[in-house]
Amino acid sequence: MELFEARNVEKVFASTKALSDVSISVKEQSIFGLLGPNGAGKTTLIRIINQITAPDKGEIFLEGRKMTRADISQIGYLPEERGLYKKMKIGDQAIYLAQLKGMSHGDAVRNLKKWFEKFDIMPWWHKKVEELSKGMQQKVQFITTVVHQPKLLIFDEPFSGFDPINANLLKEEILNLRNEGATIIFSTHNMGSVEELCDSIALINKSVKIEDGPTDAIREKYKSNIYDVRYRGQFADVEKALGVQYEIISHAETEKFNTLKIQYLNGNSNNDLIKALMPVVEISAFEEVIPSMNDVFIRAVQNANRK
Amino acid sequence: MNNTFLILKQEYLKRVKKKSFIILTILMPLLIAGVYALVIYFSIKDDTQERTIAVYDESTLFLGEFEDQGATQYHFVPKEEYAELKGKLKGSGYYAVLYIPGNIYTNNQAQLTSEKQLPLELTEQIERKLSRFIENDKRQKVIDESGIPDLDERLNQARTSVRLNTLKLSESGETKKSSSVVAFIASYAMGIIIYFFVFMYGAMVMRSVMEEKKSRIIEVIISSVKPSQLMAGKIIGTALVGLTQVAIWVALGGIGLFVVQGLFAPETAQQMGQSLMEAQGGMNPAMAQAAEPNKVNEILEMIGNLNIPLILFAFVFYFLAGYLLYSSLLGAVGAAVDNDEDSQQMVFPVTFPLILSIMLLFPIAKNPEGPLAFWTSIIPFTSPVAMMARIPYGLPTWEILLSMALLVLATVGAIYAAAKIYRVGLLMYGKKVNLKELVKWLRYKN
Repeated sequence: MELFEARNVEKVFASTKALSDVSISVKEQSIFGLLGPNGAGKTTLIRIINQITAPDKGEIFLEGRKMTRADISQIGYLPEERGLYKKMKIGDQAIYLAQLKGMSHGDAVRNLKKWFEKFDIMPWWHKKVEELSKGMQQKVQFITTVVHQPKLLIFDEPFSGFDPINANLLKEEILNLRNEGATIIFSTHNMGSVEELCDSIALINKSVKIEDGPTDAIREKYKSNIYDVRYRGQFADVEKALGVQYEIISHAETEKFNTLKIQYLNGNSNNDLIKALMPVVEISAFEEVIPSMNDVFIRAVQNANRK
Repeated sequence: MNNTFLILKQEYLKRVKKKSFIILTILMPLLIAGVYALVIYFSIKDDTQERTIAVYDESTLFLGEFEDQGATQYHFVPKEEYAELKGKLKGSGYYAVLYIPGNIYTNNQAQLTSEKQLPLELTEQIERKLSRFIENDKRQKVIDESGIPDLDERLNQARTSVRLNTLKLSESGETKKSSSVVAFIASYAMGIIIYFFVFMYGAMVMRSVMEEKKSRIIEVIISSVKPSQLMAGKIIGTALVGLTQVAIWVALGGIGLFVVQGLFAPETAQQMGQSLMEAQGGMNPAMAQAAEPNKVNEILEMIGNLNIPLILFAFVFYFLAGYLLYSSLLGAVGAAVDNDEDSQQMVFPVTFPLILSIMLLFPIAKNPEGPLAFWTSIIPFTSPVAMMARIPYGLPTWEILLSMALLVLATVGAIYAAAKIYRVGLLMYGKKVNLKELVKWLRYKN
């Protein structure tokens, strides 16, 4: 079931188009990656979802209903540019922010204590924000995003500013939240974390959505007949045997075996390759290469810009 | 609405709990009261500096007549010593030398020599002593020569001192004691207070907006509440801080007035006046009574005769409207800029009318009926200060209503424009804004 949907959203600022006819849909209890180069329109879309700005055209839905102003208490938003009131004590501040999202004072305190304990920052409850380290502030900010148990969470570059240990802690918490029922929209330039976390993605380039779907399916789609072959034998023989039917992308030799990365040309099949190589070397492993999200991103954007 | 209230509460408590607020609110009036108390104290207080004045009485009329008064002692010296002292006072222990010539009766002149600038109080004291003695002496002679038995008493009765009481005719035909000085002081003070409040609290709103924008928390906040709610909460919360301050000051002022009234209650004042007179050297009681019938109480009465309910109402109205007008504009400025330098550049054009009105306050308060006063109190951007300066003098109702109506209109317009600029500006970073750019923002959609 779709928890969130944006249909044909369009937004124009003065003379620049920020979004043109963008539609996305996010399944309940999934992590959705919102990807795209800088200035593609991701932040605008996120702000439209948060009702910070209104779209010129198009509609947004939450749980199948048209989203209303009241629904924003169902959203938790961690913007890319973080910030808290510097002079305010973090406990008071977190309570205030939770109340603005519609929580009662009592509920806010109870939930916040749980989170503060989980993140090991309870002793800082009465400290002012300016006394905290950057990493600590990030933790507080993350807590204020999730404390009101929103159905939809939007994280914009959540890992920036975290050390690897805390980034990992955060990753686990994000997965936990998803497993407990939250739906997450996740915007980042870190393609590694997209592969790790995202169930599906949408890729926006220059205000247009150029790709979307389940992460695996998209990577599958961007396969380009590239294979890794591990063998024992002489590279010169391999080169001769493959001839012009295959393009050798790279080649590496170790003591035990050699590795070859090749691309099939002219519609060759796996069997054709095996047939060509069997007489000259011993094949020990053989596997199609699935492109990384990084490759997918670069190729999709380059293709789109070429058009 | 709920969110607006939360923000309002947050803004209010944040400011009221601040040390600077408590200090300003409590200490300011105490400081002002303290300064006034000191001034009054020193003017009433007896001169305590010990002085000995050498007196050479050529006329020989005053021997024994100069009683020591307070810390000032009079010491009669012979001619030789006088001649010596006149040449060199230093080291003699005398503060000054008084020379009473033999012909003082006809010439009415005496001479006081000192090394220092003499205090006015001292010279007046000596003058009073000399005149009173001669006057009484001459009078006694006249009485004796005339042979009329109760002339002394009758002359006393004939003694007259006229005081001019100024009255103000109100529209309903009542007359009240008024004083143009009191009205002038009131109007000047009102103008300054309004200016001070509008500026201080407007700037507070602006800084608060800037702080949210600079710390980047703004994006989180407006993903929870509408910018209009945020702005409303901020402006109302800060206004309540201002009203709290005014309420505390009014309360303290009320207590202060009560205390002063108690101190200078008619009987006490009368007594004080008399004892003061007597101390100044045997003035006769009739004259004492006529001269000092409780000045302080009279001033209090004049303050009471200002139209206090109207002034208070107008004060709250012009404070709130002027504050709303300027704080919404300053809030928009705070949202439009993202560093302090830019804000200063934008603040000046926005607050210029307010600064202008305070610069014109003196001529306005001096001539509250003139065209300058009229126009500045009708035009909305200057009217909060200018109108407050005119109201203590009493104005035609239509002028006040027109000024208020125009101010309300301008305020509504300003809030509308500011809300738009605020909305656009909040998430706009790294862009140098000018007035032209702001006007462009007014045409943006959401």
